Amino acid sequence: MRRIVVVGNGMVGHRVVEELLDLKGAGEDLAITALGEEPRPAFDRVHLTDYLAGKTAEDLNLVAPGFYDQEHVSLHTGDPVRTIDPGQSTLTTAAGRTISWDALVLATGSRPFVPPIAGHDREHCYVYRTIEDLDAIKAASANSRHATVVGGGLLGLEAARALKELGLETAVVEFAPRLMPVQVDEAGGRLLRRKIEELGVSVLVDKNTSRIVAGETSRHMMEFADGSTLATDMIVFSAGIRPADELAAGAGLRQGARGGFAVDDSCRTSDPRIYAIGECAVWQDRVFGLVAPGYDMARVAARQIMGEDARFTGADMSSKLKLMGLDVASIGDAHARTEGARVWSFEDNIGDIYKKIVVSEDRKRLLGAILIGDAAEYGQLLQMALNDIPLPDQPESLILPAGSDAAPAFGMDALPDEAQICSCNNVTKGEVCQAVQDGCTAMGSIKECTGAATSCGGCAPLVKQILDGELTRQGIEVNNDICAHFAYSRQELFHIVKTERIKTFQQLLTSHGKGLGCEICKPAIGSILASCWNEHVLEPAHRSLQDTNDIYLANMQKDGTYSIVPRIPGGEIDPDKLMTIATVAKKWNLYTKITGGQRIDLFGARLEQLPFIWKELTAAGFVSGHAYGKALRTVKSCVGDTWCRFGVGDSLALAIELENRYRGIRAPHKVKMAVSGCTRECAEARGKDIGVIATEKGWNLYVCGNGGMKPRHADLLAGDLDRETLIRYIDRFMMFYVETADRLQRTSTWLEQLEGGLEYLRAVICDDSLGIADSLEKHMGELADSFACEWQETLKDPAKLRKFRHFANSSDPDDRVVFVRERGQIRPAKDTEKPLKMAIRVNQ
Amino acid sequence: MQWIPVCDKDELIPDSGICVKSGSQQIALFCEGNGQQVYAVDNLDPVGKANVISRGLLGSAESVTYVASPLLKHRFDLKTGICLDDENLRLRTWQVRIQGNQVEIRH
Repeated sequence: MRRIVVVGNGMVGHRVVEELLDLKGAGEDLAITALGEEPRPAFDRVHLTDYLAGKTAEDLNLVAPGFYDQEHVSLHTGDPVRTIDPGQSTLTTAAGRTISWDALVLATGSRPFVPPIAGHDREHCYVYRTIEDLDAIKAASANSRHATVVGGGLLGLEAARALKELGLETAVVEFAPRLMPVQVDEAGGRLLRRKIEELGVSVLVDKNTSRIVAGETSRHMMEFADGSTLATDMIVFSAGIRPADELAAGAGLRQGARGGFAVDDSCRTSDPRIYAIGECAVWQDRVFGLVAPGYDMARVAARQIMGEDARFTGADMSSKLKLMGLDVASIGDAHARTEGARVWSFEDNIGDIYKKIVVSEDRKRLLGAILIGDAAEYGQLLQMALNDIPLPDQPESLILPAGSDAAPAFGMDALPDEAQICSCNNVTKGEVCQAVQDGCTAMGSIKECTGAATSCGGCAPLVKQILDGELTRQGIEVNNDICAHFAYSRQELFHIVKTERIKTFQQLLTSHGKGLGCEICKPAIGSILASCWNEHVLEPAHRSLQDTNDIYLANMQKDGTYSIVPRIPGGEIDPDKLMTIATVAKKWNLYTKITGGQRIDLFGARLEQLPFIWKELTAAGFVSGHAYGKALRTVKSCVGDTWCRFGVGDSLALAIELENRYRGIRAPHKVKMAVSGCTRECAEARGKDIGVIATEKGWNLYVCGNGGMKPRHADLLAGDLDRETLIRYIDRFMMFYVETADRLQRTSTWLEQLEGGLEYLRAVICDDSLGIADSLEKHMGELADSFACEWQETLKDPAKLRKFRHFANSSDPDDRVVFVRERGQIRPAKDTEKPLKMAIRVNQ
Repeated sequence: MQWIPVCDKDELIPDSGICVKSGSQQIALFCEGNGQQVYAVDNLDPVGKANVISRGLLGSAESVTYVASPLLKHRFDLKTGICLDDENLRLRTWQVRIQGNQVEIRH
């Protein structure tokens, strides 16, 4: 059996194990041992900061359950490797393990560089790399007032934002004369600095820290070479990284000039049986501090180990990110270091935008770019630079605001098939086109099939363009029509109904449709009309649009009987109401079951019994639970800080308030919510369309989760909200979903298809980027205010009640409805249990 | 075979179905528009084997007017009773007419 040992279980170390297992043939004998220094398996270090914003270590985990429990695959965490003996082909670990290997992969990553300033090792000085580092920073923040980040690079600014959000006064100290000196130039740095200062983070550039000593009014006093000082309580060093190559000397491996395991194109070190990948490796004197090149090295090393040919050919270090709400992107030769390079720049100090392109001397090729404040052109410019696409005659038009001279963007046709579109997951244009040819005609299926746009999402607009182009090329018309009767999507129909104030299906059919309608468009338009005007669904003009569940305001079961779910907001119910349910169930001989949504379902009611049963329920104060409607079902909750020892918020009161606010509002599909009183998350809020979790400072709002067929954890939309803001955000979110989703599209798939994804949704909901927040809130407010219980209204109206009969010409019940008893309750009889005369006739 | 009155024509619901009883037979009556066309088919869903056809949604595809069963959404041509999704399935159909104030079935 071939023994492969991987040292380091970070993102890249884990990826190489995945690659090896993917390549492993059925008959191949392979044993893989992974060793990690950190106490936990690989996690998404790129999103480390999210841990401080409310994500858990479990959320960031990258390892599928059971992955390291497969046969001949194992992982030992918390056990760093101490020595490698290439002569014996063994290594030893801190815990005393000696492990033999046939091939060894070093993926030890890097260590944060802490400048050797006097006092750097004082207490309350931290680095920013592991979950343990963040735990320590979080703990220290509780008894600190002021924090300082040393290093104004990408990670330093991220750390500063996190510290600011922990409620600390925060300063960033940078040695260079500007922030993010590697990625941006002076003008870009100025804009960046101004925006960051606007957020309340103070910025000190050109500062060389000479020593750190005890402070008088604060824990530390930082002294700078220019004689100035800064009082602070905690310090986070983020001054770059150094390859973690301590194992090199003992193993006799060649190192780079500035450290790191030197590797060749095959990712082999100076010992051909030993590979190095990721941030611990040096290729052509360069260390790649991004995850994409690390993944590429993992791919190369795995293939080499399995005897295939693959080469690492370097990586493009262009990047685009969102920093404290500001787009920052840097492409290629951003500093115009190429000989003869020429530069165009555009600065808008009112809109806070800075853009620059660097082009070759002959003005034919794009060499680099910087985009700050608006990075919409990133994807296009990156592809132009990477693929040597000829520049338009007036290259400056690429970065001038639209409207002055529309940017002559190049078509996707200009890109070669090999052009890498998604650098996170190494997906080429050719692969996206192939996926379209294989039948993927929507963004969702492209993502699922190719993996493109599933990590950072930066390439999503490009993928969409390629998709649309390929569909056009194949002559496939992208048809979003809801059905044959209306040549409009649900979103368009919603808009038409709302703006033209259309009140009935017939009106809409006459003005915008054809035929009679069908089981697709009728319920969808019934729902749109209800979302817009909130008229009773059983009004004569609306009744024929409803599915049977809505027509009878109950859920049809397999035998044609119905189940009834009274609303029990937040799952809170007093003994008297429980007794009412028990009495009603007993009187009408209904089967009772507790639902997953913390309420009680009563089964086996005949159509003609429904009004009588509801008369008794409404008399006791119950209202419809809308279990039958595409509407809010329940708001599940835990008991929160009212009873629970761990609770930090009154989840129950909030759940009841939310359920009473949004009950009855018709949506494209059912909507489920939950509120948990602390991060233990007993209400399972992150499996819901809208989940709220109490924090020490307020409420975290999660959206677009799902249980059921395709589980999805909800994403954090906004954190530490007060009650009023929370409800305003939920109002906006609900209404935006109601207005824009497709029919029968749950929030989770809606988000997946939403161009721009979570970032876009957050911009719309939290930053009001579309300027529609007021109208969304107003519309939701009107719906909430016009709530009326559908059952109470129905009971008051003899014309509606008259339709609750099985036969229009007889008061007999349906004789095919037969129950038998099981475990003390009724259940529908099977065909074999029914009287013989009911045997099914064979229809001719 | 004779024309049998089954119910008052005001019982019909525009663009919807109702169920009537003729002897022991359950018949679903569908009314297109305000009674431009009335159809009569068996109320028993042959797939789910429950008497629910009258509670299905009325729809049109090309020139066919159909009902979609509320159970598993099988669509049946209201004129012929033939299932549009499975040609082996068929609902029994009856001739139907409006005579004065009465809906009559030929049974």
